Amino acid sequence: MTRPLLYTSYKQDTALLDTRAKRLSVLVLLVAAAFVPLQVADDLLQLLAVGMVASIGAIGLNIVSGYAGQISLGHAFFLAIGAYTGAALSGDPDGKVLGFGVDFLPVWVLASGLVAAVAGVIVAPLATRLRGLYLAVVTLGLVFLGAHILKEWDALSGGPGVGRPAAVPALFGIRLDEPGTFTKEQKMFWLMLVLLVVFAVLARNLVRSRVGRAFVAVRDRDLAASAIGIDVGRTKLLAFAVSSFYAGVAGSLLYTVAGYMDPESFGLAMSIQYIAMVQIGGIATISGSIMGAMALTLLPRLTRELPAVLPFISTDTQEFPNVYQVDTALYGVLIIAFLIFEPRGMYGLWNRQRAYWKAWPFSY
Amino acid sequence: MTVLEVRDVHLSFAGVKAIDGVSFDVAEGELFAVIGPNGAGKTSIFNVISGVYRPQRGSVVFQGEDLTDLKPHRRAERGIARTFQNVELFSGLTVLDNLMLGRHQHTRYGPLAAMAWLGRARSAEVRARAAVEEIIDFLELQQWRRQLVGLLPYGVQKRVELGRALAMEPRLLLLDEPVAGMNLEETEDMARFILDIRQELGVAMILVEHDMGLVMDLADRILAVDFGVRLALDVPERIRDHPEVVKAYLGETS
Repeated sequence: MTRPLLYTSYKQDTALLDTRAKRLSVLVLLVAAAFVPLQVADDLLQLLAVGMVASIGAIGLNIVSGYAGQISLGHAFFLAIGAYTGAALSGDPDGKVLGFGVDFLPVWVLASGLVAAVAGVIVAPLATRLRGLYLAVVTLGLVFLGAHILKEWDALSGGPGVGRPAAVPALFGIRLDEPGTFTKEQKMFWLMLVLLVVFAVLARNLVRSRVGRAFVAVRDRDLAASAIGIDVGRTKLLAFAVSSFYAGVAGSLLYTVAGYMDPESFGLAMSIQYIAMVQIGGIATISGSIMGAMALTLLPRLTRELPAVLPFISTDTQEFPNVYQVDTALYGVLIIAFLIFEPRGMYGLWNRQRAYWKAWPFSY
Repeated sequence: MTVLEVRDVHLSFAGVKAIDGVSFDVAEGELFAVIGPNGAGKTSIFNVISGVYRPQRGSVVFQGEDLTDLKPHRRAERGIARTFQNVELFSGLTVLDNLMLGRHQHTRYGPLAAMAWLGRARSAEVRARAAVEEIIDFLELQQWRRQLVGLLPYGVQKRVELGRALAMEPRLLLLDEPVAGMNLEETEDMARFILDIRQELGVAMILVEHDMGLVMDLADRILAVDFGVRLALDVPERIRDHPEVVKAYLGETS
């Protein structure tokens, strides 16, 4: 390798992995991730797989709220649309709930994304009329609308407290949710890893393109955006469509690992959870969305380890303080702490470390 | 050749008349200036031309096409670019991205092509980048290329905003107080850029400005307005001594 390293074309300068260090670290990370299922226990694998699905959902929310600046409390609604579209399409035709038996994974994943995207397009015109808190309140209404439909439509959802089987993942006749050469958790981990990498790269490409720049322009100054030829209404529509597509995809996969889902899971708490992921991970960053989603999914697992270190914390729900209380409190503390100390989230923390070590041992 | 024709425009907000029957036209390659005291309706005229406000009466004709019913982004597509009195840059983006946004309508590819980032999208991005780099050279913005615009000095921000408008390859450039709040050196730089744009690109420009020295030196013709009414439209030499204009600026001598 010859030095100095110079870019000699704009193509090199705009590359996603524009330095050797980035290329190497991404490669190492991917290879390491691919070998995780051979080393890690199944229960943790399941959690990691769920975290990767949540990452796809968080990327979706970050596109509409982080990049395009349209605050949405309705993410759980789009996740629910994806979840039930996937489950209904792939479900057992002879089962107690609605099912069409199309269990080929790419088909129902894409269909779930598309149905959710259509819902997003229908909702989007609200965003051209309302902004900020008003939009947040209206999208909040979507969650209650969705909850009501799921409660009443027993044939689809199985009803509250009963639930229904989640989408059935099969690829070329091989069921991924049944143990074979590898366990169910190992297969699910690999599946989600591949899907996360694909959807993350697609999203990263989108946000660095003309479309992504238009999102940010609409977020920062919509007056100036229209003065340079950006159709503000259409851009918001597109942001909602892409975001809901991601939510639909994530929703359809979210409970495939557990295998069962209850309509009551898709409530306001889920919307808030995704907002927390985006905020803790880093607003308007794709890698931040992944970090935030992984952190919040793994948080309960980490607090379960606490009693071993701090014996006064109990695992019994009857006692005080117990791990579940610590869990809830920590969740809130994290959100507040990041808002105050590092509004750019975990991505910001990482960026600061990188800048520090780049210049080390000098401070500038 | 006439680029822009503003015909008898009336604009009022809840009974307050902002523009009261103003007409003028701008020729190709002309540097046209609009002057007037604060609140005279200069920025309102800009907003009517760029489509932010819709006049109650009158029309705006651009290159033979009536624009009165078009939204701002449609007018931008037809070649009307503008800068704002208070800098309206996308402060969370770098200088480079702000200028790339100016290329928005010249970079045509859809969201799916963007996600794939293969042939079409990538080559369109590279072409846009090359065009943007020319503007960076033209406006001498090299050293700030990768900085967030929100952190730049005010004079530089004004220049970036001008660059963003130029990146649109406009036929008509609306400059709303390009040197407001600038020191002498920055003002001279901006005047030089305006003259360069005129010489090298031949774009018609409408300039709203309070700096009379700058307006008198640069403009081909000047429109003077007060209380939304046209006072005079003439070459700088005659506007300087026009009794109505002097009265509007200095008050009546009794």
